[in-house]
Amino acid sequence: MDNSKSKTWSIVLTMGFTLGLVGISGMVLSDDDDDYEGNDRWSQSRLDVAPVDNAFYKEECGSCHFPYQPGLLPARSWQRLMDGLEDHFAENAELEAADVEQLTTYLTENAADTSDYKRSRGISRSLDKNDAPLRISTTRYFKRKHHELPDRMVKDNPDVRSFSNCELCHERAAQGSYDEHQVKVPGYADWDD
Amino acid sequence: MKTSDDALRKGLFILLLAVPLVSQASVVDEQLVSYQATGAGPFSAQKGEQLWQQKVVSEKDGRTRSCTTCHGNDLRSTGKHAKTGKTIEPLSPAVNAESLSSAKKIRKWFKRNCKWTWGRECTPQEKGDLLSFIRNQ
Repeated sequence: MDNSKSKTWSIVLTMGFTLGLVGISGMVLSDDDDDYEGNDRWSQSRLDVAPVDNAFYKEECGSCHFPYQPGLLPARSWQRLMDGLEDHFAENAELEAADVEQLTTYLTENAADTSDYKRSRGISRSLDKNDAPLRISTTRYFKRKHHELPDRMVKDNPDVRSFSNCELCHERAAQGSYDEHQVKVPGYADWDD
Repeated sequence: MKTSDDALRKGLFILLLAVPLVSQASVVDEQLVSYQATGAGPFSAQKGEQLWQQKVVSEKDGRTRSCTTCHGNDLRSTGKHAKTGKTIEPLSPAVNAESLSSAKKIRKWFKRNCKWTWGRECTPQEKGDLLSFIRNQ
């Protein structure tokens, strides 16, 4: 009698323990904003990508669009992009050769595949070795992070228009922070994923 | 003694205010001289204004483009980048001290924007006319 009672208890305990483990791992796995479990999980205060720290880059590239951090694309992408400034997403963005060289050096030396920051590593890992995309929004990592957003909130939203306008929804994008809890989609104040 | 001090101060103040204008003027003048060196000139602000408004249908997207597409009709107001929507500071030197203050920037933007707007580089004559128009806005 005693024996079967303790057996029952041990089964209950084992089941409880297992359920608990499943619960914890479920929490870890479902934390979609976190690519690196383990140590990185506990250092959320760190920025997502290294902020731009080059005045020349900010001036030259930021006068037409949001100055995307170099850590958002791998070096091979930046090289390809800077080689084709004459047709820069259908705009002409030509620069003098010396300026192109200076900017390319900054971009490639701080690119996603040389950076230790969370998003940089995520983007870099989501690409095939020879893949050199020109648009951050076409990387697998980016798509995974934005897949739940319907067209009406981005492409068809007159206040956003395109995924290229990072800073319109990520209010601290310029500082290198893309935390999903800080996202505010214009026109969708109360939206929460 | 006091009055002369005041006068000196006033003079200095006016001089400081005038410095950006002087540098703008000399930068633009240097550009005009360099265009003349290629055989262009004389330049006309009125011609420049016509060029400013000149509409060209783009071979790339079939849409009409002109300087005003991004800069607008009033050079004393801000413009808006046709694609990214980013604000463009007014081109008029009267309201934007930075405008026309750098020869390098003048070269850069003429090259890019002539190609985007008209599908070709601007001639030295056109650049001279446009600068003559813009500087007086």
